[in-house]
Amino acid sequence: MSILVNKNTRVVVQGITGKEGSFHATQCKAYGTKVVAGVTPGKVGQEVEGIPVFNTVADAVKKTEADTSLIFVPPPFCADAILEAADARIRLVICITEGIPVNDMVRVKRALRGREVRLIGPNCPGVITVDEAKIGIMPGFIHKKGVVGVVSRSGTLTYEAVHQLSTLGLGETTCVGIGGDPVNGTGFVDVLPLFEKDSETQAIVMIGEIGGDAEEKAAEFIKKHVKKPVVSFIAGITAPPGRRMGHAGAIISGGKGTATEKMKALESAGVTVVKNPAEIGNAVKKALRR
Amino acid sequence: MNVHEFQAKSLFAQFGVPVPRGKEITSPEAATAWANELNTPVFVVKAQIHAGGRGKAGGVKITKDKNAVAGFAKELIGKTLVTHQTGPNGRRVHRLLIEEGANIAKELYLSLLVDRDTGWPTVIASTEGGMEIEEVAAHTPEKIIKEAIDPAVGFQGHNGRNVAFALGLQNIEPAVINPFVKMLDNLYRLFMEKHAALVEINPLIITKEKTLIALDGKVSFDDNGLFKHEDVQKMRDLNEEEPLEIEATANNLNYVKLDGNIGCMVNGAGLAMATMDVIKLAGSEPANFLDVGGGATKETVAAGFRILLKDPNVKGIFINIFGGIVRCERIAHGVIEAAKEVKINVPLVVRLQGTNAEEGRKLLAESGLKLEVANDLWEAAQKIVKLTGGAA
Repeated sequence: MSILVNKNTRVVVQGITGKEGSFHATQCKAYGTKVVAGVTPGKVGQEVEGIPVFNTVADAVKKTEADTSLIFVPPPFCADAILEAADARIRLVICITEGIPVNDMVRVKRALRGREVRLIGPNCPGVITVDEAKIGIMPGFIHKKGVVGVVSRSGTLTYEAVHQLSTLGLGETTCVGIGGDPVNGTGFVDVLPLFEKDSETQAIVMIGEIGGDAEEKAAEFIKKHVKKPVVSFIAGITAPPGRRMGHAGAIISGGKGTATEKMKALESAGVTVVKNPAEIGNAVKKALRR
Repeated sequence: MNVHEFQAKSLFAQFGVPVPRGKEITSPEAATAWANELNTPVFVVKAQIHAGGRGKAGGVKITKDKNAVAGFAKELIGKTLVTHQTGPNGRRVHRLLIEEGANIAKELYLSLLVDRDTGWPTVIASTEGGMEIEEVAAHTPEKIIKEAIDPAVGFQGHNGRNVAFALGLQNIEPAVINPFVKMLDNLYRLFMEKHAALVEINPLIITKEKTLIALDGKVSFDDNGLFKHEDVQKMRDLNEEEPLEIEATANNLNYVKLDGNIGCMVNGAGLAMATMDVIKLAGSEPANFLDVGGGATKETVAAGFRILLKDPNVKGIFINIFGGIVRCERIAHGVIEAAKEVKINVPLVVRLQGTNAEEGRKLLAESGLKLEVANDLWEAAQKIVKLTGGAA
C-alpha cells in the first residue's frame, strides 16, 4: 500500500517538450514511473525519450489511458493547463510550476470544487511512492522504501528530512510536497487521513513553514483523527514579520502565521515538534520505539 | 510589491473609488504651485513611504494656511521617518502627497484579500476605522465583519449589502449604502484585475456631506501577477527597497536582509529558512535569507558571495546545499571559481549533501581554499558559529 500514486499510475506530462518537462519526464521514467504520454499543443507526433506527445490532454487520455498529470507549463498558461487536465478526467494533477498568480489559483481552486480530481501544488516537488512511482522533481535515489509518510510545504527541506529517514534505515512510504503557495490544491488535512489509513505507514513527518494557518488546521485534525505518531518541523522561527521568505505563502502578516504559534498548536495536539531540523529523523525513530 | 499611498489612490480613482483631490509632490516649489491650484479650506501634507504609522512619526501635517504648505514640504522632504514598521533606521522621505482635507463624520475600515483557508477573495470591514485592524481583531473580534466573494461569479450586490448592514450603515448614514455597495464592487474589480494581494482603505470616511471618501489607501501586489501589468511595474520605487535585495533580484536570487552576522547561501526556500533557524539554535543569528534556487551555477554562487560580503555585518558564510537536480560537484566548482573572483575574507563552511555530495566535498578539500567542509547540517551550523566567535 501507499497513498495517491503507485506502480500502476499512468502519467501524462504537460509541457513535456520544454527544458524542465523533458528532463524530468525522462528522470521519472528512469525511476520506473509509467510515463505514458506528453502534451505540448501543436507537437503531436513527436516523441521525448520514447514518450509520445499529443496536442491535448484529452487526446493523451483517450490514446494512453493516462490518469495522472504532471505539469511543467509556464506560469502564464498554467491555470489553463490544470483546468484542461481536469476536463480530460485526469484524477490526480501534480503541478510543479512556480510563480502562478494567486488570483489565477483562486479561480482554479473554485472551478475544481466538487469535481473528482485532486490537485497537488502548485510550486511543489511532486509526489513519490518509493520504488513504485516518482512523479515530480525530487532526487529519487535519496529515498528508501520504509514506514514513514512525509508531507511538506517545502522542497529541499523535504529532501533533508528524507535523507535523515533513509540514513537511519526507517525509510519512507510516500512523500507528498503540497507546495509553498498561499492557495493550493491539497493541504495537510487532505493528506494526513490518507497516511492514517495506509497500512504500511507507521509514522508521519509533517514539515510546515511560516504563513497561513494550515499547520494549525492540521493540529486540530491530528488531535481528533490521527493515532499514528506525527513528528513535525516548522521552518522560519527566525523569519521577520511582513517579509516573504522565498515562497509566496511563507509570510507572517498581521501577527498571524508565526512558527511559534504553529509549534504550540501542534504540540498541544500531541505532535512531536522538533526545533532542530537536523533532528527530524531521530525524533521519528524515538516516536516509533514508543 | 508595495506601492505608495498616492499610487494606490490613483488606482482607486481609475476604478471609480472616491478619493480626495491630491497630487504627488517632490519639491517645495511644486508644493506651492499645487496648493494654489488646490485652493481648499484644509490642506493635508503626507509623507510617502512604504510603512504605516506615519502620522505618529510626524509625517502628516494638516493646515488651513495655504502659505504654510511649502514650509511643511521643505521640512518633510529629505527627512527620515522612524515608525513601528520602518525599523530603527527609518525611511527617508522623497515624495509627498498633498491633498484636500475632509469633514469626517465617521471612520470605517475596509480591505480585500484572499482568505488562505477558503481560497476566496474576502472583504474585511469594521466600524473601528483609523485603528490598527490587528488590534481590533485581537481585542474586539466581534467588530470584524468578513464577507467572502465567490470567484466563480464575482462580486454580487448582496455581498455589498451584507457588509453594509453588518456595519450598521442604515443607522449611521443610510444615504451611503448604495454608494458603498458600488464602491465595494469597484474595489473587487481592482483587486482581481490588477492581481492585488491586498487592497486596504483605513480609514474609509463618511463625510458630513454624506459621501464616502477613501482617506488613506494601501495596495500591495502579487509579485507573480506583475508580468501582466506594465502600469503596476512602473509604480515600483527602488528608494523603498534594500539595495542588496535589488541586486539579488537582478541576479535571480531570492535574498532578504536580516540583522545577524552569519551569511547563508542555500538552495530552496524551506531549507534556507531551516538553515537560518539552525544557526540561531547553534547560538548565533543569520545575516540573511538567500535562496539560490534550483539552477545554482558558478555565476549565481559568485553573485551570492558578492551580495553576502557587501553586508558589513557578515562575519562568516555558511553554504548549505542539498543536491537534488542540482549536482553538488557543480556547486563545488562554482564555489571554487567564485572564490577566485570574489575575495572571501571571512570564515566559510560548506555543507554538501545529496547528489554527488562526496565528489563535491573532495573537490573543495583539494582546492586549497580556506574553508571547512561538513556533511551534516547540525555539525555545519556549530562549525560556522564557532568560527565566527559565537556560542557552541
